[in-house]
Amino acid sequence: MSRYELDARRLLCPMPVIRTQDRVKQLQIGDVLSVTCTDPGVMQDIPAWCRINGHKVLETQADDYQYIIMLEVGE
Amino acid sequence: MKQIKAVSLISGGLDSMLATKAIMEQGIHVEGINFFTGFCVEGHTHAIRQKDKDKPKRNNSLWVAETLGIKLHIIDIIEEYKDVLINPKHGYGANMNPCLDCKVFMVKKAKQWMEENDFDFIITGEVMGQRPMSQRRETMPIISAESGADDRLVRPLCGQNLPATLPEREGWIQREQLFGFSGRGRKPQMALAEQYGLSDYSQPAGGCCFLTDESYSAKLVDLWKARGTKDYELDDVMLLKVGRHIRPNQNFKVIVAREDGEGRFLQGYKNNYINMNCASHRGPLALIDGDPSAEDLYLAAQIVARYGQGRDAEQVDVLVRDLAGNESTLEVKPLAKDKLPKEWFV
Ligand code: SF4
Repeated sequence: MSRYELDARRLLCPMPVIRTQDRVKQLQIGDVLSVTCTDPGVMQDIPAWCRINGHKVLETQADDYQYIIMLEVGE
Repeated sequence: MKQIKAVSLISGGLDSMLATKAIMEQGIHVEGINFFTGFCVEGHTHAIRQKDKDKPKRNNSLWVAETLGIKLHIIDIIEEYKDVLINPKHGYGANMNPCLDCKVFMVKKAKQWMEENDFDFIITGEVMGQRPMSQRRETMPIISAESGADDRLVRPLCGQNLPATLPEREGWIQREQLFGFSGRGRKPQMALAEQYGLSDYSQPAGGCCFLTDESYSAKLVDLWKARGTKDYELDDVMLLKVGRHIRPNQNFKVIVAREDGEGRFLQGYKNNYINMNCASHRGPLALIDGDPSAEDLYLAAQIVARYGQGRDAEQVDVLVRDLAGNESTLEVKPLAKDKLPKEWFV
């Protein structure tokens, strides 16, 4: 298992989802990706995208200016 | 027997959802594809604007895919779409929406995806006579032919009114289980949704994108006119969705945040645009697009001051940051309401 980071700040949905999707395609099952965003919409969209495609959201963090979603790549 | 697979164009609206479900009901494996042109009506405008904070911020195409239990592939076509919007062979609709060219392009991309992923046919939620007006009897064969999808393009909601497609002839799907919807009414779709047990779906009034919106289209045309060329970047397209756009002159415009959510969003563009805000009073952040002179910046500062709490003050300090990040302060008198002509509002 490896850890990766993705900077999706300043992008509006669905761009952070698209970037996450394209990055996950290059990763292995069990890898962990942490995505940092500024569009609050990601708190809904990335978990939805994960549920649809069989990935697991491990943790989400939010403060006033940014949102971090940590996910584990599924099958 | 080989599992037949179809790729469905998912817009996030009801029609493509029903069309997808209708084919899934026939035992076909369906996956969704959604194209992001930059102009799509998505949850993010709600996300930006503070006043809409309580509204759900869901992305409708993801919601549709999750509700139907299918995979969804979201594809960024921002760059390629420029040519569709700038030079539409079939022209524009009521506003800047190049719907027919757009459909042809999307079906063509879906066909490419179908071939790369070894799928068998394509589904769209088109219904003859529905808005946008690209959905007419004459346009259906144009979309099939110009996209190259030909008879591998199935429109389950109006398929019974159209010639049989390859999947029907091959017996992959049954024509009798397709529908014969036509016209602008929404009742058949709503009845079918109920039959499928679907609720809480989205029914955008204008269409699937901002290009059908009159005021958005006006801002886009203004941008092209001011620049003297029909070109744009994603940042332009995004900024047209946010704030008040005030153009006192062809060489510059002022984008003023209307509330805190928009202000926060504009903050993200501070490094790419000259920007200003009131320093002596509470007031919004504004970006200046174009190539303003010192005089123009003074006028811009007066405009920005008008939207802050110092609007009635004799003098307001406005902090200006240039593209290199250097800060300076302009002391201005806020522009009176009657000095701000209606024509400046794009
Ligand atoms: S409304 Fe927009 S996305 Fe939909 S077909 Fe027309 S141009 Fe394309």
